[in-house]
Amino acid sequence: MQKRQFFVLGAIGLLVSGLTGCNKSGGDTILIGEFASLTGKEATFGISSHEGTILAVKEINAAGGVLGKQLELKTEDDQSKAGEPANVVNKLISKDGVVAILGEVASSRSLEAAPICQQNGVPMISPASTNPKVTETGDHIFRVCFIDPFQGTVMANFATKTLNAKKVAVFTDVKSDYSKGLAKFFKEGIAKAGGQVVAELDFNGGDKDFKAQLTAIKTAGPDAVFIPAYYTDVALICIQAKQLGISIPFLGGDGWESPTLIEIGKDAVEGHYFSTHYSADAGTPNVQNFVDSYKKEYQGKVPDAMAALGYDSAMFLADAIKRANSTEPGKIREALAATKEFEGVTGKMAINAQRDAVKSAVILQVKGGKFTFVETVNP
Amino acid sequence: MDWFLQQLINGLALGAIYALIALGYTMVYGVLRFINFAHSDVLMLGAYSAYFLAPAVEKVAPLPSVTGAVIVVLLSAIICAGIGMLIEFLAYRPLRSRPKLTVLITAIGVSLFIEYTCQHKAVFGADTKPFPRLLGESDLHLGGLVIGSNDLLVLGVTVLLLAGLWFIVQRTKIGTAMRAVSFNQQAAALMGININRIISFTFGLGSALAAIAGILYAIKAPGIDPLMGVQPGLRAFVAAVLGGIGNLPGAALGGLLLGLLETFAGGTPGLSNYRDGIAFAILILILLFKPAGLLGKATVEKV
Repeated sequence: MQKRQFFVLGAIGLLVSGLTGCNKSGGDTILIGEFASLTGKEATFGISSHEGTILAVKEINAAGGVLGKQLELKTEDDQSKAGEPANVVNKLISKDGVVAILGEVASSRSLEAAPICQQNGVPMISPASTNPKVTETGDHIFRVCFIDPFQGTVMANFATKTLNAKKVAVFTDVKSDYSKGLAKFFKEGIAKAGGQVVAELDFNGGDKDFKAQLTAIKTAGPDAVFIPAYYTDVALICIQAKQLGISIPFLGGDGWESPTLIEIGKDAVEGHYFSTHYSADAGTPNVQNFVDSYKKEYQGKVPDAMAALGYDSAMFLADAIKRANSTEPGKIREALAATKEFEGVTGKMAINAQRDAVKSAVILQVKGGKFTFVETVNP
Repeated sequence: MDWFLQQLINGLALGAIYALIALGYTMVYGVLRFINFAHSDVLMLGAYSAYFLAPAVEKVAPLPSVTGAVIVVLLSAIICAGIGMLIEFLAYRPLRSRPKLTVLITAIGVSLFIEYTCQHKAVFGADTKPFPRLLGESDLHLGGLVIGSNDLLVLGVTVLLLAGLWFIVQRTKIGTAMRAVSFNQQAAALMGININRIISFTFGLGSALAAIAGILYAIKAPGIDPLMGVQPGLRAFVAAVLGGIGNLPGAALGGLLLGLLETFAGGTPGLSNYRDGIAFAILILILLFKPAGLLGKATVEKV
């Protein structure tokens, strides 16, 4: 019985690999790879960007595809785990033969996949990894989001100018490249704006007890605290800070944006601010169309920034393939690098010499259990 | 001064949780002489039991309330006691006559099996879920100091359970049997003790403790995920060793010490990065100079 099952599975495996192998040499579809955190700690980000990507591919195919061919998306789950992106990206490139790769949201995992894409000469487009190191890996790595030096500076300016905070504390997740990068640029921004960092503390992502560090922050007496971390940790930090009687504004980056932040944090996250890529209530027709079709596709769910970026990354790639007039990875890379103006739902962007997108950021505040738009900041 | 006192409170609250989890580790070790690594996963299952039970219990008793919370905790403890006994029956009992190392490796296997099964979409999924509010919360303010009601609750429950366990082990018939089994299984069997029943009971009791600890942990930090047991489980294991494994008051002492160490290291700017490193370095130092742990008696292991 078992032997037969193995045999059948093996046969299916061979068939599938044989079929997808055909795509490499043309056929009537263009195979695109995607790797995302569909399960695990950052699953809400991964799923959002994945849904956005699928929507984009669907719309492109409905409109006739690219170069007369349909796009085919091959998605792999890296389970939000270190080590896994290398496996799945290797598989996408060498076994499936994809022409380009979309992913990942988390900087740590993009950094793991980037060298593999670079070595294999396959262009990679990260939808939302903001750590500058991601595109520094090589000339095949792109992103459709802004980078942490910009996001860090935006929040530093917001803290010092809008909130009038002269003394700030920084609370960093030492396990995350995203968090460390963002903290660094925030501190630089604060120094430039004439503010002062009065306390710097660290935690490990996944910790459940933050009271030790929060007590130290409270003792230092800052006017605001910057927490560049992901939403699951941030929610617990806010709850424990509230218990300790810390009632100053907390600030963060795009890692905060998930409905889970409010579900867990409830009233403890109320009033805090974070920067992100786009706001669903920005009101431009481009955004409105996207929000409508996303809602139709996913049972009325309002798309978050990750969904918008996932959508943009696929659209951006399709646009480049069109302009390259070829599915050769090298030519796609040239076209991506030459992008001067691309109108995405997350705003107008140009690709600069470092292959980063130059575009605006928005600041949202948690208000009445919702993320509400505060302001748009241009680069 | 405020900083110091507040950290003392934080450390005791964190340590009480570790102590509570360590009680379960140390009790199973006391009877069976092996570390049940699946203990930390039963803790997670306890929190998830409460997560799924809470909406059902809410129809009978309002939540948050003391009655509701007690019902949820009792039901979860019973479920987890059953799971603990099942784990023992399926995974450990067939190996009882094998070398201890085999059982230890199986325990690690069981732990990983539970963690990764529960992360699957069809079971709990890997994402963090908001833990329902079981008890009302209020914070005690003493000048600049804050003592959370949850922290007092954990401390109180730990003391109560420690006393209860001590009573069961030292003063009841089944406790005497447990001690006899731990002393010499063959001899105890010859004296007419049903070994299987005693070991089953020990696992059930240990797992019920884990469930209670899991729920208290989730009340303190209301986001639960299938890997939530790993970190406190490791700490509690270390705490049990620190206090002298197999020794109930030792486990409590070890837990409190570890919580305090971690808190003072974590609350010092510049050191917070090395929070775990410092706590574990001190553990190694203590064990170097007092290998049996703080309250343990040095004995010769029969291998």
